[in-house]
Amino acid sequence: MVNKTNTKPTPKPKKGTTATKPSQTKKKEKKLYNVIFFKNWCKSCGICTALCVKQIIKSDETGVPYIDDMDSCTGCRFCEIHCPDFAITIKSRHPERRESNGN
Amino acid sequence: MLERAEIVRKEYLRHDKKFPHVWCPGCGNGIVMGALLRAIHALELSKDEVVLASGIGCSGRMPTYADFNTIHTTHGRALTFSTGIKLAKPELTVLTVMGDGDSTAIGGNHFIHAARRNLNLTAIIINNSTYGMTGGQYSPTTPFGSISATSVYGHVEHAFSIAELAATAGASFVARSTVYHATHLEEMLKLAIKKRGFSVMEVISNCHVQYGKKNKLGGAVQMINSYKDNAVKVDKAAKMSQEELEGKITIGVLADVDKPVSTEVYRQVVKDAQKKAGKISKETDKNGVKRYEE
Amino acid sequence: METDDNANKILLQGNEAIVAGALAAGCRFFAGYPITPASEISELLSVKLPQVGGTFIQMEDEIASMGAVIGASLAGVKSMTATSGPGFSLIQENLGYGCITETPCVIVNVMRGGPSTGLPTSVAQGDVQMARWGTHGDHPIIVLAVSSVADCFSITVKAFNLSEKYRSPVIILSDEVVAHTRESVVLPPQDSIRVFDRVKPDVPPEWYKPYADNNRGVPDMASFGDGYRHHVTGLVHDEKGYPTQNAKEVDSFLRRIHGKISKGFKEIQITKDYMMEDAEVCVIAYGSVARSALRAVRDARERGVKAGLIQLVTLFPFPRKAVDTYLRQCRAAIVPEMNMGQMAREISRVNQSSCRIVKHNRIDGHLITPEEIFKHLTTV
Repeated sequence: MVNKTNTKPTPKPKKGTTATKPSQTKKKEKKLYNVIFFKNWCKSCGICTALCVKQIIKSDETGVPYIDDMDSCTGCRFCEIHCPDFAITIKSRHPERRESNGN
Repeated sequence: MLERAEIVRKEYLRHDKKFPHVWCPGCGNGIVMGALLRAIHALELSKDEVVLASGIGCSGRMPTYADFNTIHTTHGRALTFSTGIKLAKPELTVLTVMGDGDSTAIGGNHFIHAARRNLNLTAIIINNSTYGMTGGQYSPTTPFGSISATSVYGHVEHAFSIAELAATAGASFVARSTVYHATHLEEMLKLAIKKRGFSVMEVISNCHVQYGKKNKLGGAVQMINSYKDNAVKVDKAAKMSQEELEGKITIGVLADVDKPVSTEVYRQVVKDAQKKAGKISKETDKNGVKRYEE
Repeated sequence: METDDNANKILLQGNEAIVAGALAAGCRFFAGYPITPASEISELLSVKLPQVGGTFIQMEDEIASMGAVIGASLAGVKSMTATSGPGFSLIQENLGYGCITETPCVIVNVMRGGPSTGLPTSVAQGDVQMARWGTHGDHPIIVLAVSSVADCFSITVKAFNLSEKYRSPVIILSDEVVAHTRESVVLPPQDSIRVFDRVKPDVPPEWYKPYADNNRGVPDMASFGDGYRHHVTGLVHDEKGYPTQNAKEVDSFLRRIHGKISKGFKEIQITKDYMMEDAEVCVIAYGSVARSALRAVRDARERGVKAGLIQLVTLFPFPRKAVDTYLRQCRAAIVPEMNMGQMAREISRVNQSSCRIVKHNRIDGHLITPEEIFKHLTTV
C-alpha cells in the first residue's frame, strides 16, 4: 500500500478526533472504520462480541451488538467473517481516500 | 468499492429469499457459507457457472440462500446428483455441501466412490458431530462416549475421521479447517475449488444447540473458541505423538495428489469413440445384424 | 417397398431396441448398475453413448444412478437408467425427487421374478403397482409397458417425448421375455422420428419463475449453466423454487403437478386394440403376455369366438376411458398377468358395467401361453 498518491489538498473535516491531522503525517494516520450491524438479520448469538480482538463490541440486554468506541476498531474484520448471519459490514470511514490509495 | 461482507451480501445472497436464514443463532453453517462465497468471489467464478448442491440436514439449506445454480437433493445423495451434473456439463464448477451424517452415514457409499472416481468435484463437509436438524442423534462423527439424543448413556461406537477417510478413498485433495479459522477456511476452500479432481474440505463446526448442549460444551462462543485452542496445523501435528494429538483438530492440507481426472479422461474416450464410430457405421449399415457390435 | 424393408431388417433383442430408441430420442446420458436382466442396456450404451458424444457411467448403486440421471437432466441432457426389481426398489427414493422437481428422465425396469432377489432370470410382472406407487407421497407418474422388440424402440422414443413434454419421470416396464427375445425389426429412419425437447424459457433470467403455472401446467425448464440461476429442491416449493409451507402454495403446487398429467390424458393414455369392433369377450393384457393373448384371440376367432384384445401400453395414468368403453361392450374380460392380479385390480376398479373380470395369474417364472388364455376365451 503506497500512500504517496494522496494529493488531496485539504482533508474533509472528520467526526473523530484522532484523525484530524494534516495530510503530511500520512504514516501515522489511523484508519477509521464503521462497523455496521444489520439488525434485521442479527440473531444475537454473541460471536462478534466474544471474538472482537479489541473487545469493543458490547451487547445490549437483548444481546444485540453495538459499539460505543468505534474509533478503536482496527478493521480486522474478524467479526465480519465470523458473523454466521451476514449481519456485519465493516466500512472504511473514508472510502473515497481508500480508493485513491489504490486499496 | 464494495466491502467484503457487502459484496457477499449484495452479489451472492438471494434477496428474494427470506432472511435471516433458518440456522440457529451462532450456527457455524453461516460462517462456512460466508467463507465459501468469499472464496468463490476471490476465484472470480461466474455465478452462472457455479452449481451448489447439498443433501439434507442443516447444511442442506445452504444452497437456498446462494445465488448460483442450486440444488437441494435427497439425504446423502448430493454427490450423485453432482456427478450427473458435472458429467453432463463439465464446464460447470460443481460444489457439494454436506453434513457429517449426510456424507458419511447415509451417503457414505457415494462419498467414498466419488473420491475413488475422481471427478472434478468439490465436497464441502460441515462436521458438527451430530444430526442437528432431527434433534441431535449420534452421527458417524460423534465421539466415543459422548451424549446424544440416541446415546444418552454415552456413545458406544467410534467416530469416522472424514478427512482421513476421504484421503484413503482416493480423493485428490483433502483439507480440514474449523469455523474459528474463517480466513484459513477461505484459503483452503480456494485451493479445494481450484484443484482438478475430487477435493474434500472438512469443516469442523459447532452445534451448540444439540451436541454442545448435551455434552456441556457451552454455547456457540465457547465451542468456536475451543477450536482455536485445539487446532493444530498439519506440519506441527506431524511432529506430535498420538497421545498429544488426542482431542486435537489437525487443520490444513492433509492430502494433495495429482492423478487423472475421470471427467477429463472420459472426454478423450468420447472423442476417440466418435472418430471410430464414423468408420463402424459405414460398415455395419449394410449388415444390420452387426449394427451394434464393435 | 417390401424389398426395402427386408434390406433394413435387423435382428435385435428388446434391450437393444430400447437402446436404439433412447438414442433416437436424443438420450445422451446413462447411469446404471449391473443387474439381470437389464444389463445389456448398460453394456450397449457404454459403447454407443461415447460414439454420439454422450456420457455413460456405472454408479455404485441404483440410488446413485437415479441421482446422476436427475442431475444430468437438470443440466440439460436427456438421460435414463435401466434396472430390474431390486434396483427398482432402490431407485424409488430419487424417483420421488424427479417427480417433485419435475425432472424429465426415463427409467427402464426389466421385470423379473420377486420379491427380493426372487427369480433373477425369470419373467414376471410383479412391479406394476410399484411402478405407480413405489415412491412415497402422492405423486404423478407415467408408466408404459412394452410387449415386443418393435415396441421397445417406439415406446422408448415415446417415453422420452412424454417425459420432456410433461416434465415427469417416465417408467418403461419391460420384462425378461421382451428384453431377451430376438426379433427382426425395421427401425424407422431418424428423420421420420418425432422428437420432443423440453421447452426452455425465453424470458430474461430475472423474470424466470421455474415452477410457475401456465396453460399447460408444465413450466418452462432452464438447465443449469444456461444463465437462469434457480433453485431445485425436493421440498415442496413455490413458483420460484424456494421451500414453502404456505398451505395455498403447497396445495396449488401439488394440484398442478397432478393436473399437468391429467391435462395430457389424451396423448399419454395409449391402448392398442385388436379385433375389438365386434368383440364379445376380450383379453386385457400388457407386456409379453399381450403377445400370447393376441395369438389366443386369433385362435379363438378361428373357432368362431368373437374375441378381441386390448393391449395396455400406458399402464398409468390408467387408461380408464378406453378400458371402460370396451368393458361395456363385452360380457367378460380376461386379464392374464404374471402376478397376482395387479392390473386386474385397476380394471375391476374402473368397471362400471356388468362385464365379468376373469383373472388369470401365473407366478411360476414362466410366460403365460396362448393356450391358457385360449381356454378362458372359449369357456367364458
